[in-house]
Amino acid sequence: MKDKTNIVLTGVGGHGVITAANILGKAAVKAKINVFVSEVHGMAQRGGSVNCTIRLGDVSGALVASGTADAIVSTEPIEALRYIHYANKDTRIITDITPVIPFTVSVGSEEYPDINKVLKELENYGKLYKIDAVKIAKQSGDIIVKNIVMLGALAAIDVLPFKKEILLETILENIPAKYKDMNKKAFENGYKTIKK
Amino acid sequence: MEILEDKPGKQILLLGNEAITRGALEAGVDVATTYPGTPSSEIADTFSLIARAFTKQKKEPPFYFEYSTNEKVALEVAGAAAISGLKSLTCMKHVGLNVASDTFMTYMYIGLRGGHVIVSADDPSCHSSQNEQDNRYFALFGGAPMLEPSTPNEAKEMTRIGFEISETLQSPLLLRTTTRLNHVRGAIELKKLQKPRKKGHFEKNPNWVTTPAVARAQHPKLLKMLKKAEEISEKSQFNKIIDIGKPKGWGIVTSGVSYNYVKEVVEDLKLNIKILKLGMTHPLPRKMCENFIKSCKNIVIVEELEPILENQFKAIAYDVGSNIKIYGKSTGHFSRLYEYNPDIVFEVFSKIFNIKNPIKKPKESKIKLPSRPPALCPGCPHRATYYAAKKAQPKGIIYPTDIGCYTLGREKPLEMADLLLCMGSNAGTACGLAVATDKKIISFMGDSTFFHSGIPPVIDAVHHRHDVVITVLDNRTTAMTGHQPHPGTDFDGMGRPARRILVEDVVKGCGVEHIEITNPNKIKETTEAFKRALDFKGTAVVVSKSPCILLANRDKRKRGEKIPVYHINQEKCRKCKICIGQFGCPAFYYGEDGSIFIDDQQCNGCGNCVDICPFDAISPKEEK
Repeated sequence: MKDKTNIVLTGVGGHGVITAANILGKAAVKAKINVFVSEVHGMAQRGGSVNCTIRLGDVSGALVASGTADAIVSTEPIEALRYIHYANKDTRIITDITPVIPFTVSVGSEEYPDINKVLKELENYGKLYKIDAVKIAKQSGDIIVKNIVMLGALAAIDVLPFKKEILLETILENIPAKYKDMNKKAFENGYKTIKK
Repeated sequence: MEILEDKPGKQILLLGNEAITRGALEAGVDVATTYPGTPSSEIADTFSLIARAFTKQKKEPPFYFEYSTNEKVALEVAGAAAISGLKSLTCMKHVGLNVASDTFMTYMYIGLRGGHVIVSADDPSCHSSQNEQDNRYFALFGGAPMLEPSTPNEAKEMTRIGFEISETLQSPLLLRTTTRLNHVRGAIELKKLQKPRKKGHFEKNPNWVTTPAVARAQHPKLLKMLKKAEEISEKSQFNKIIDIGKPKGWGIVTSGVSYNYVKEVVEDLKLNIKILKLGMTHPLPRKMCENFIKSCKNIVIVEELEPILENQFKAIAYDVGSNIKIYGKSTGHFSRLYEYNPDIVFEVFSKIFNIKNPIKKPKESKIKLPSRPPALCPGCPHRATYYAAKKAQPKGIIYPTDIGCYTLGREKPLEMADLLLCMGSNAGTACGLAVATDKKIISFMGDSTFFHSGIPPVIDAVHHRHDVVITVLDNRTTAMTGHQPHPGTDFDGMGRPARRILVEDVVKGCGVEHIEITNPNKIKETTEAFKRALDFKGTAVVVSKSPCILLANRDKRKRGEKIPVYHINQEKCRKCKICIGQFGCPAFYYGEDGSIFIDDQQCNGCGNCVDICPFDAISPKEEK
């Protein structure tokens, strides 16, 4: 196993990116693996671009050097592209395929690029896994568990230095009891989408 | 609550800021105070969360905590407790220490009997700040011992041991952090929680009163304290030398989060080098630094922002007669700007050590991506106030603004923020603009900012009869930093009932002769209020009162009330674009054929668009 693992989680404010990063950090502590997680706070609020980095193993700090990400996981396609400088040709890129239109586009001052071109472009940078996380989340119970679907997918690409069960356990420990079934389903469905 | 577990040896994941709170609990903190500000806010919010949990269970919290009126007051409240023998912590963002600096500089002269850790959260790269000042200068400026953590666990330990150092030296201590420490999570090893002292004792002593004679007598004591602090620094566990490979004459001096990048880059580049990692950076462990200099032929200094270590190391090298080469900012290798990251350290070290940089030039997407800048939320009452004020007089107004969500009024389509310096500056600069120009002035500040430092300039305006309109956007919370209470709320940071102070009562007491109190959701009435305020010759204050929509909706959901969603009747819509192009609510969007729609997911149900639509095309749709 590699002695360092670098993961970049990106998306849009409100998608639960920070929650997902926090869960990955807690899972690492549970697995007794050294971990640092960087977060975005403050001005970046709902609707803004969000980016967290998680570093595991023999690491000293939370920031990822350019071109050294083992995985980029994005809850929105252009947000994966925004942080593509972290990728190298071996980087696994998981992205949800549903665009979230920024208000700069909805008011007509900027343009959202063609989604097919975005996905095609992403393929140039690493190994791309496209998933319909919105649909999977809804099938699992609610769109709100989209971040957990993404974590399930991440657990399926053989990047994490701990077992999938530890991650699922950590998720279930950190949510209210009544949402456990929905989160478990979301995680397993996300996992299965990749490992089919 | 995991952060309150008394299980020594257990590892838990904490945010750097939460780790500081835990460190204070492990030291037995009695009093914690703050004024919220990113990136420091979660330190105090964690104290508040704990205190509120105790209050809710009708138990006495283990410490006293308050969101003070401003940073200066916060330092004075906690300082007096430390002078009375208690353990205090005060946290603030870097610019907060400017506000508290008057207190800080003389507090250093008289010292304390208990312990006091003052946390400064600096923000290199200005992620959420108006400047990127390096507050390490404050340690040198005031003569405060200083610790600089690199990781969350170190932040916890430095807070805990910082209390011991502070108490030993009978001096306040500065814990200097940066965004990449405050907002990084890492594993913390828990140590035993200490019981607080709870009650202090104020011993009367003429030396607590800083008359000129006392100040002259205290200053040499401060310098003597710093000598003793230097001895502590020499022996400190936080100052250490780490050998990488087999060092051959090259050394690196670093502190704070820079150490994290240095360590990994040096390992990756397989350099043979020794690192002097400084955790107690004021006073420096002089002998240790001298010996380090003598043992090296070349030194690289890696520190974000100002060349504070670099200049001190040059001075020490001169004193010991060394002609060692020192690489850093003065040699042009490192920048005084912005935060560092692994890429920067890789690049500079590759140059200095003449090695190929393994980090390739970062790739950039060939596709142009639309931006997602922060914006006022859908339903934000500030947007309604701005819109109404602009309607009162659309042209020829200068809009001084202030620190808070409403700074976002700078963006299109509102463009109603013209001048900003710091907390409270809106009203002071309004007075100056009234003197200097013939323009009408409407300034804006939030309610928390008003209490923080907005009152003295209102008094200045009234006393000098400046012809200005000063607006207080009263949304009953400190919204931008995470909805903390302030003197205008009826509860405090410990969840206890508090005396609410009304903005309008304060401005009346300040002698303001023309006060308008308005509800911004009634846009036409608010426009009339601004018109009357503009017509008034002299100082007028408009208090625009409506709670933050996020809090209002949260309370509605708690009460089981529905939040309406609005929609546009496409038959009535004439596409005048007022809603999208002038009001600028981000819930509105253009469809493919140019028709305008409201996004259900984003609409917060304020209903202000109903008032601004000239064709009566907008109405409530359904309940969500």
